[in-house]
Formats: sequence, C-alpha cells, structure tokens
Amino acid sequence: MANLKLRSVEKAYGSIKILHGIDLDIQSGEFIVFVGPSGCGKSTLLRSIAGLEEITGGTLEIDNEVVNDVPPSKRGIAMVFQSYALYPHMTVYDNMAFGMKIAREDKAEIDRRVRQAAEILQLTKYLDRLPKAMSGGQRQRVAIGRAIVRNPKVFLFDEPLSNLDAALRVATRIEIAKLKESMPNTTMIYVTHDQVEAMTLADRIVVLKDGHVEQVGSPMQLYKKPGNLFVAQFIGSPAMNILPARVAKAGATTEVAVDGGSSVSVPIATPAGAAGTEISFGVRPEDLYVSKGTKALFEGKVDYIEQLGEVQLVYVDIGRGADRPLTAKLPGNAAVERGQTLRLDADSGDLHIFDANGSSFVPHEIEAKAA
Amino acid sequence: MAQASGKSAGKSFFGRFGVHLAVLFFVLIWTLPTIGILVTSLRDKNQIVASGWWTSFSSSMQTSATRLSPPSSQVQKDGKFVIEGNLFETPGSSAVSAFGTRSAQPTEFKAGDVADLKDGVTLQVNADGSYVFASPVAFDGDNGRRVYYAATMPPKFTTDNYNTVLLSEGIGRSFLNSLTVTIPATIIPIMIAAFAAYALAWMRFPGRALLIAVIIGLLVVPLQMALIPLLELYNGVGNLFGVPSKTYLGIWLAHTGFGLPFAIYLLRSYMAGLPRELMESARIDGASDFEIFTKIVLPLSFPVLASFAIFQFLWVWNDLLVAMVFLGSGNDQLVLTGRLNALLGSRGGDWEILTTSAFITIIVPLLVFFSLQRYFVRGLLAGSVKGG
Repeated sequence: MANLKLRSVEKAYGSIKILHGIDLDIQSGEFIVFVGPSGCGKSTLLRSIAGLEEITGGTLEIDNEVVNDVPPSKRGIAMVFQSYALYPHMTVYDNMAFGMKIAREDKAEIDRRVRQAAEILQLTKYLDRLPKAMSGGQRQRVAIGRAIVRNPKVFLFDEPLSNLDAALRVATRIEIAKLKESMPNTTMIYVTHDQVEAMTLADRIVVLKDGHVEQVGSPMQLYKKPGNLFVAQFIGSPAMNILPARVAKAGATTEVAVDGGSSVSVPIATPAGAAGTEISFGVRPEDLYVSKGTKALFEGKVDYIEQLGEVQLVYVDIGRGADRPLTAKLPGNAAVERGQTLRLDADSGDLHIFDANGSSFVPHEIEAKAA
Repeated sequence: MAQASGKSAGKSFFGRFGVHLAVLFFVLIWTLPTIGILVTSLRDKNQIVASGWWTSFSSSMQTSATRLSPPSSQVQKDGKFVIEGNLFETPGSSAVSAFGTRSAQPTEFKAGDVADLKDGVTLQVNADGSYVFASPVAFDGDNGRRVYYAATMPPKFTTDNYNTVLLSEGIGRSFLNSLTVTIPATIIPIMIAAFAAYALAWMRFPGRALLIAVIIGLLVVPLQMALIPLLELYNGVGNLFGVPSKTYLGIWLAHTGFGLPFAIYLLRSYMAGLPRELMESARIDGASDFEIFTKIVLPLSFPVLASFAIFQFLWVWNDLLVAMVFLGSGNDQLVLTGRLNALLGSRGGDWEILTTSAFITIIVPLLVFFSLQRYFVRGLLAGSVKGG
C-alpha cells in the first residue's frame, strides 16, 4: 500500500554516527529484511522509519510524503517489538483496541477490527486474558494482532522471534510468512540477525554493517552473487571459505592461482589490469565435493570432522596450517576419516573472487533502486 | 527475587531452620508490645494495677474487701446468734483462698478455717465464698462486719476504657483531626510526585539531569532546618490573603513539601524501570505523553504508589513536630500524637487511659499497612515482557 524512499538517511548521537547515509527504495507490498551483526544499525534504521528516533540527516518518505517530522502515530506504521511490549494491565482485547481507542474511533468499528484480527491469529478465545496468562508464542501473536488492528501501510518487526524457543520460532516464522501472503499489498520491514529468517521471509534482504548498506538483493542473489567479502561470509552457514589468491590471467574468464590449492579458471570477467594482483578466492563449504579424479582444486589431510547427521562438516588442512583449515560440507554418509587425504573440487560456477578491497568482480547493486 | 532468596535459604535444613527461627524471633519482638497494649486496654483498670497483662488470660489473685450481711439478718441457732451468706453476689464466680478481719492482715486465715475473733465470736469463710458468722451474744449495729479476702478472679475484659477515652478524654476528636491532616497530606504529594516522576523519567527537556540532582539533594535536608522559614513564608503569604497562621491547609502544604523529594525519587526510579518499549508502543498507537501517563504508567505504578502512600501516611500520622508548628493546640486542631503527649502529662498514672489511647493511635497505621501490603509483594509487571 505504501512505498518507502530513504535518501542518505543519517543518524548520529552527538558525535557518534550510527547511520552513514542510507539510500534505499522499498516497493509497496515488499517484504524487506534488514540483517547484519549486532551494532550494525539495523534496529536504529527501523526505529528511524518508525519515528521513534529522529534522523539527523537525509529524507525519509513514506507513500511519497516526507515524514521526517511526522510523529510515529501519523506515519501509517505499526511495530512489533522483540519484547512484545504488551500492556500488562490490559486484556488481550484492550491491548489490541488501545490504538483505536486513543484515536476515539467508533466502538462498533473497534470491535469489528479487533475480532477480525483475533480471528486471523486464532486469538478469539483468549481475548479476555491478561498477557501474563499467555505463552510466549501467544503473546507474540497478540503483538502482531495489535499491529494488524491499526491497519498500517507499513509493518515493522524488530527481531520479533528472538525471544521464542527454537520450535516456536519456526512455527511463528511460517505464520508471519502466511500473514504476509494474506496481505499482499502491505509493506513489511523486518529486522533480524538470524540469516535463516532473512533467507526464508524476505523478498529482498538489506545487509548492513557499521551503518552502511553492504548489499541489497533477493536472498538467492546474495547467496549466489555476494557483492563483497562481508556479505559472502555473512550469508550462508558455515561461512564461505576465503583464501588468498593471485590473478594469473585476466580476461573474460579469469585464471586464479589459489594459495594452498591449484590454479583454476573462474568464469568471471576481470579487467586486463588485474593480472598479477592479489585477490580473495571464495568457495562455499556446501559447494565442495570429493573429487573422483586425481586432479582437484584442493588436496589436504582431514583435520577434524563434525557429524551432523544429514551432513558432516569436514575441516581439511590444505597446507595453510591446522588453525586455518578449509571447511567442506559433505553428505553425512560420505566415508571420510580423520587423517585421510581428501581431494576436493567445486564447479567453476560456484567459485567467487573478490578484489583487494573485498568487492566482487560481478556487477551488483548496493543501492537498491527500483527492482 | 522471592524465588532467589527462597533458593539460597533453602539450601540446607539448618539454613531453613535458622531462617524460620529468626522470622519467629522478629515476629515476636514486633508483635508482643502491640498485643500487650491491646490486652491492657481491654482490661479492667483495677486488674491493670494488680497484675501484668500476660496474666490476664488466667485467673488472677486479688485482695478485696466487702461487708457481711447486716445484724438484722441474724438467726438463733443452737444457742448462738448466726449470720450466714455469701461474699459473692453470684456464688462460685471466684474462689476465696484466704480471709481476714483487719486491713493490716487481710489474709490472716485460710479459707475453710474457723477464725476466733475473741469473746467467742467465730467466722468461717469457705472457698466458695459462703460464710458462717457466729456469736454467743446478739449482733448489734446497722452495718455488717467488714471482712477482707483474697480471691482468684477469672479474666475480665471490658470496652469501658474505649468509651471513656473516645468520649470524655478527647481522643475521638483528635482521631478525626489526625485523619483530616493525614489523608490530604498523603494524597496531594502522590498526585504531584507522580506527574513529576513521569516527566523526569520519560520526557526529554533541558536541565532534567540537574533537576533530578537537586531533588536527590533535597532528600538529605533536615526538616527542622526548614520548619521556621517555612512557617514565616506561609504566614507572610497568608497575610496577603487574610488567612490565619495555623490552618489545616498550612500543614497539608508543609507535609507535601517535606514528602515530595522522597516521593519523586521513589516514583521516578520505579517508572524509569518500566520497559521503554511500552511507551514506544503506546506512542506508535498515537498516545500523547498525558495518555501514556494516565493509561499505561499510572496503572503499572500502582505498587509503588501504594508503598509510598504507606510511608507518607505513617510518617504524617506519627508526626508531632510539624503538627506542633503548623497547627494550634485547640480541641479542633490537636492531633492524636499531640493529645497523647498531653495525656502523658495529665493522666500519667492511668494506664488504662494511656494504653487505650495508644492503641487507637496505632490501629489506623495497622489497617493501612495490612490493606496495602500485598502491593509490596505483587509484581504487577508479570507478563509484559518475556520472563517478566
């Protein structure tokens, strides 16, 4: 229902800058996820959009209207907090009706909207309960219900699942995905540090680090074509293997000499001047497989194995020392033993190279213009 | 918190035992004097003088005097003149242990003995109070003979002291005066402090930190220092409006002023501890600061409001100094503490008056405490945040 435009949004507390000019376009009806390590400014960015923090620079537009100085309640947003922030002295019904009561809306209309939201979230039989008589998952549903009742243009979620246990987290995650499906026109912005939530829920992910946008893109874009070393290592678990390498031959396909591995041809174009420069070579653990032949990308001794059942994480010493092993995610039933010499290979399409600044050679978008 | 302390104390049998013993000890120390005052105030004033309150639940030994039946009731029996009867109006209500005929030796003879009173006159008093008074010559005179006896009296409780104290000693009037002082002097500072505490905890404005520091600083200013300047100020302002110098309004304002620093300090730290997200959520819901205060913060602060109310109520109720300065000593203005003080002087030996007045004085604080104490215990915040 509403699109958002962020133009060089800045936030500073005194002399400490938290956000360094964020540019972002969010389409109406998109599900956007902000991820990043703690302290990256993702929550501050969300709170700035909500209006709980005043931005100290740039402009913020919701629905083509600059809202820099518009109070939170007038921005057409609703927010779900990590700690639920339910009013403990009010019943579920009153919690959900609070915003409309403050706005002095018609009683019958309030009742209709609250019951409708309760119906969607299966909270109807709990309407008379106090929050303390409910489980964590139910409380979180009430918080979401409170947001729905406000009928907002933009939903903001601030790490809504981090207080739930693992099983409930998965269930609530699916509920949120279904909720989004049932409201295709509502824009949702979701902050998390959990990349699984980001990958499963997002239409587009915004990766933040130290108050900068590192990359914006669909989950698979970020996974397949990370724009830089940080995104490459942040998305995916375990993190991508990064090895120092040298460009042997630049061109439409690049010949790379990998430290601790052999030379390999990567189908990524590099400029002519890149020949001979130091670069970083990356390959995801799950893209590595045991080579059938005698020649392989990497060869080394298995240093340690973590068996997870369906897969096993194999740490291979490829001659760079046991403290800097290569991680490979192999099927759980693969016959691998400690101390064994292992040859690992990867398809050339799954290889990544990054220049000396950590930036990918593949063209990618940092500032997310209209997709 | 209760859980944590329960855990640490429950570690060993001896730990738990020790805690229970200590609790019992303190409960006894604190409640015994109160019970003593209550029991004493309900006893007959003669019994208070004769024995301590702890003996009042069992029978007490008491020496009394009475007269036998007058000579007109004598009958002739076996050549002797005999007067028979009972010392007690209701025979058997208490037991005589000894008796005598001279005030110097009120317990000269044991009950049941036949006392030889010279000239052949004998007196026998039995334990149940029945007596036989015999003489070879006829008794004369109008009055019965005076006898003394020691008897064990059953416990006797009465509310007479309360009637006396409330109606004729002025305690009733002072009780009303104390309520007139205390109730507004408790409510006014709470109302002011609640607003101030919210502003100091959740609203941003320049000089906020300094203001908080000043209020904390006021906590340590001794009341006595401000007493006279305050009275001068009040009188000065009062003169402008033609208000007399000693009024209830004056003492309300004085107690409000003296109570505010602590009230603001207590309420502010509680309100500042409420989850920030509650206020933010309410702000997104469109609530103004005033609505957040009245609809969210005030209901959630009820436990701390109640606890401050108890503090302030007790302090004002028990206050003597401020009342002496800001109120007159007339019957319509003298508060309970002042009245008790006056009674100590005028009725210092009358324990039944003093204990009864004292108990009337403490009964209100006791009621206040017992009716509000659960707010100390109950955490109203349970359920607002995870694990809360």
